[in-house]
Amino acid sequence: MVRYLIPLFVVLILGVFLYRGLHLDPREVPSPFINKPAPDFSLQRLHDMKSTFSNKDMLGKVWLLNVWASWCVACREEHPLLISMARKNMVPIYGLNYKDAPRDAQGWLDQHGDPYVENAVDYKGDVGINYGVYGVPETFLIDKQGVIRHKVIGPLTSSELKNCVMPIVNELNKTEQANVAVITELRKQCSST
Amino acid sequence: MFIDVKIKQTITVLLLLLGLLPHLASAKEAVPLASDTKLEKRVDDITSELRCLVCQNQTIADSHAELAIDLKNQVRGMVAKGQTQDQIVDYMVKRYGDFVRYRPAMKPTTYLLWGGPFILLVLGMVVLILNLKKRKIIIQDSPLSEQETAQLDTLLHADSGAVSGGEGKPS
Repeated sequence: MVRYLIPLFVVLILGVFLYRGLHLDPREVPSPFINKPAPDFSLQRLHDMKSTFSNKDMLGKVWLLNVWASWCVACREEHPLLISMARKNMVPIYGLNYKDAPRDAQGWLDQHGDPYVENAVDYKGDVGINYGVYGVPETFLIDKQGVIRHKVIGPLTSSELKNCVMPIVNELNKTEQANVAVITELRKQCSST
Repeated sequence: MFIDVKIKQTITVLLLLLGLLPHLASAKEAVPLASDTKLEKRVDDITSELRCLVCQNQTIADSHAELAIDLKNQVRGMVAKGQTQDQIVDYMVKRYGDFVRYRPAMKPTTYLLWGGPFILLVLGMVVLILNLKKRKIIIQDSPLSEQETAQLDTLLHADSGAVSGGEGKPS
């Protein structure tokens, strides 16, 4: 009797693994940047090409670095959410305009609205490589010390914002030095790692 | 008449070939991306070990995705600066995570991945040996007893009788 049950068990176990596999997204690669300092950059500002914007300008603030491009279709998906975030002053959003012609980028912002406090022009994509960007949009959450605390791959959704990003932002805003244990606990609410 | 046509044809072909001459002279081999073939070979070796994250089942060397081309250029620059393969792979892993390695690194979280097939092999062997042993017992020769021989005999004869009696359906 038992020997006939063995295949059943094997199939059941396989089934559990396959079922779990259905809900995993192979596009989501765990970022090695979490809890690491954000790579330094200093790039031209989109609005004023004569001056530069650097991640160091943001020390002491909790902010989002949103990687986007005018050629990126998925960026349009999250754009209305970014706009409403900017209207409500939820968290300052800075843009990294990735591999894009500044004129196209400006045109895109004129057309769809501009949620960004400032935009840095990464025309060649070097900074993108330093940040391990492999798909646009990507959003990095950076704390007051300039450490990356979370990364969203792909378009940001309102539920992700509510359940994952904002709780971490609020926690980071409370203290000067981030409490890693609390953040790790909060990140469990996030769909992406 | 026939010869005439042939001569005409030959002349035409010769003229056409003549027309090709200047082009032949100016035709060049395709210029490789980097003129240094040795460097290019190294770049190829290294990028073959790196996964393209846009099209995940391709290496950076194989992929034509824009990111892969950028990363290939990045690797080319690093090789030109004299960095070793380990340094370059480290650089990529720091940015894109372990997943960027086409060949997973050997570390505690990947022991099962590397060892799994061998464990399965050993398990399979054990099951096979056990089964073979069991089979040996099952198929051991046990001669028929006298009664069994008699029974077999009648069965065989009864069978052949039935067939020759011929009430079976035509096949």
